[in-house]
Amino acid sequence: MYLLVLGANSDTAHALAARFAQEERAHLYLASRDRELLEKRARDLALRHQVEVRPLVFDATDYASHAAFYAGLDPKPDGVALAFGYLGDQQEAQQNFGEAKKIIDVNFTGAVSILEIVAADFARRNHGFIIALSSVAGERGRQSNYIYGAAKGALTTYLSGLRHRLCPHQVRVMTVLPGFMATKMTEHLKLPGPLTASPEEAAGHIFRAYKKGRDVVYIKPLWRWIMMLIRNLPEFVFKRTKL
Amino acid sequence: MKLTGWGRYPEVEARTHSFETLGQLKRLLQEPEDFIIHGMGRSYGDSALAERVLFSRRFNKILDFDEAVGVVTCESGVTLEELIQVFLPRGWFLGVAPGTKQVTVGGAVAADVHGKNHHCHGCISEWVVSLDLLLPDGRVVRTDATEEPELFRATCGGMGLTGVILNVALRLAPIHSASMRETVIRCPNLEEAFRESEAHREATYSVAWIDCLARGEELGRSLLMLGEHAEPGPLTPTPPRTLTIPFNLPAFTLNRASISLFNALYYRRPPDRVEGRLTPLEEFFFPLDRIRQWNRLYGRRGFTQYQFVLPRESSFAGVRAVLTRAADSGLGSFLGVLKLMGPANANLLSFPREGYTLALDFKITDRLFPLLDELDRIVLDHGGRLYLAKDMRLTAEVFRRMYPAWEEFMQLRERYGMAAKFNSRQSRRLGV
Repeated sequence: MYLLVLGANSDTAHALAARFAQEERAHLYLASRDRELLEKRARDLALRHQVEVRPLVFDATDYASHAAFYAGLDPKPDGVALAFGYLGDQQEAQQNFGEAKKIIDVNFTGAVSILEIVAADFARRNHGFIIALSSVAGERGRQSNYIYGAAKGALTTYLSGLRHRLCPHQVRVMTVLPGFMATKMTEHLKLPGPLTASPEEAAGHIFRAYKKGRDVVYIKPLWRWIMMLIRNLPEFVFKRTKL
Repeated sequence: MKLTGWGRYPEVEARTHSFETLGQLKRLLQEPEDFIIHGMGRSYGDSALAERVLFSRRFNKILDFDEAVGVVTCESGVTLEELIQVFLPRGWFLGVAPGTKQVTVGGAVAADVHGKNHHCHGCISEWVVSLDLLLPDGRVVRTDATEEPELFRATCGGMGLTGVILNVALRLAPIHSASMRETVIRCPNLEEAFRESEAHREATYSVAWIDCLARGEELGRSLLMLGEHAEPGPLTPTPPRTLTIPFNLPAFTLNRASISLFNALYYRRPPDRVEGRLTPLEEFFFPLDRIRQWNRLYGRRGFTQYQFVLPRESSFAGVRAVLTRAADSGLGSFLGVLKLMGPANANLLSFPREGYTLALDFKITDRLFPLLDELDRIVLDHGGRLYLAKDMRLTAEVFRRMYPAWEEFMQLRERYGMAAKFNSRQSRRLGV
């Protein structure tokens, strides 16, 4: 199996790649922007798991490059894990549209651009699977991070449509909805321990869900219930909260 | 955030950062404030504590493995556990394995750790082919026993005070089985423990667990455990079952009665003599790793491990004096670990020297500190010294008498500007 990992420098992606290498003996395409880190990680995974690992430079917002990037993969991947994302700064994004646009571009537009290319190939071959990391933040807009939430919400909607479209082609699309994650993206935040997953824990959850053929999976089951509550709070209550 | 070592004492409020690439590390180095590197936090005291701390765990990539000679090159944040996981199934093991595998390679080198085979195979530095060190001015130098030997001798055992250990090329040892042949000899007193240790000098691995509560005739009664790598067999390790201590146990859990009972049972558990029993490798080397967070056993205030080494000629008298004093104090060290050691190496602050080492755990209480001061005097009188990786309270004066190379170490730190960049709570206390 060849697995293409987009945003491979994210901690969760790295842990997931390691999991696939270990359990499925998967060969890896690791795609990300930071070449120094990527090459180190590639060498590390190859040595640890004795699989083939190729580091590839990939920029989610350089849409024009995506077709050529995918065309260059030989052999074509059997699965794609999409893990790039950009949390950004809500305050900054309210004042500066550049930041807002970057949040939308990385989390949503970039994902659509590359996944459409992947989907076309998988549909033609009637083969493949897609695992994409969205976020619980996309389930309801909250004052503290609604621009990131909106982009992830759009991604979640997009993925459900893609799943619908690819189902007849035996191509599976799995939406992953992490809650709090202890990664470098959130290193500076104080997070509640019991609701926070480590990258390795998250990778384990995702991998097991993949084996079971799940469509939508929360990281830490408790989040399913929390989000059900948050989604269903009446607006007149919700808008008075500080969430 | 609040940070402690493995002993959970002392605790400091630290500003923490982490790094995954050399570029990130260099940016952190450029900031004016000094810092210390913190790996797995398994040094017991304050060696890896400071107001500013850099976590090295993300700097954990395996970079190369030369199968022909068994040399692995990895970043300093890789743990020994990871190396075992990756290389044991391929027939390689650590040349030197300390009592826990949950330490980073960088931490192991910085403490110049030893294992049950010190009398045969030395410290981990003797297995380091070369290492890359980041100096205060941002330069990276490769050092080994012949290239920049002065930096090498100061860095191995240097407690992270000479720079940031980046990549380490470590020689592994070929093995043919994931099992050990273990022999256990019951020794009714200290004299027997020494006699049996000496009689089995040729055993590759040798360590004795001492019942520290036994007194009088039975003082120093112990189990001497010897081991050899087993004959060719399966290399797939059997993952040991683990148990986690979920929270700090109440401080009274470990009292004289409970420890006495435990020790008596422990001592009588094996038959008089176990000869060549087949034991899984990880169980032999890392028995305590099976109890995750065992440091919580000692309660909320934490504990310390008092480990010293004495020259061979004064070992018996010194160990007997310390054991007697510890048993009389009633402060209840759980178990002690006694082990013979081989010759010292040339590293400036490396702990081992030819003779015997004894390690005792103590729960932190107000009465403990005067006792430890007393033990320091016994150790000094017998020409011994303490292990810095476990220390949290030694004074500068006593330290200098124990480590005569301190001056050379300090001068080197000044010359390279290390003293302005790399400091721990321990280095300030010890005045190096």
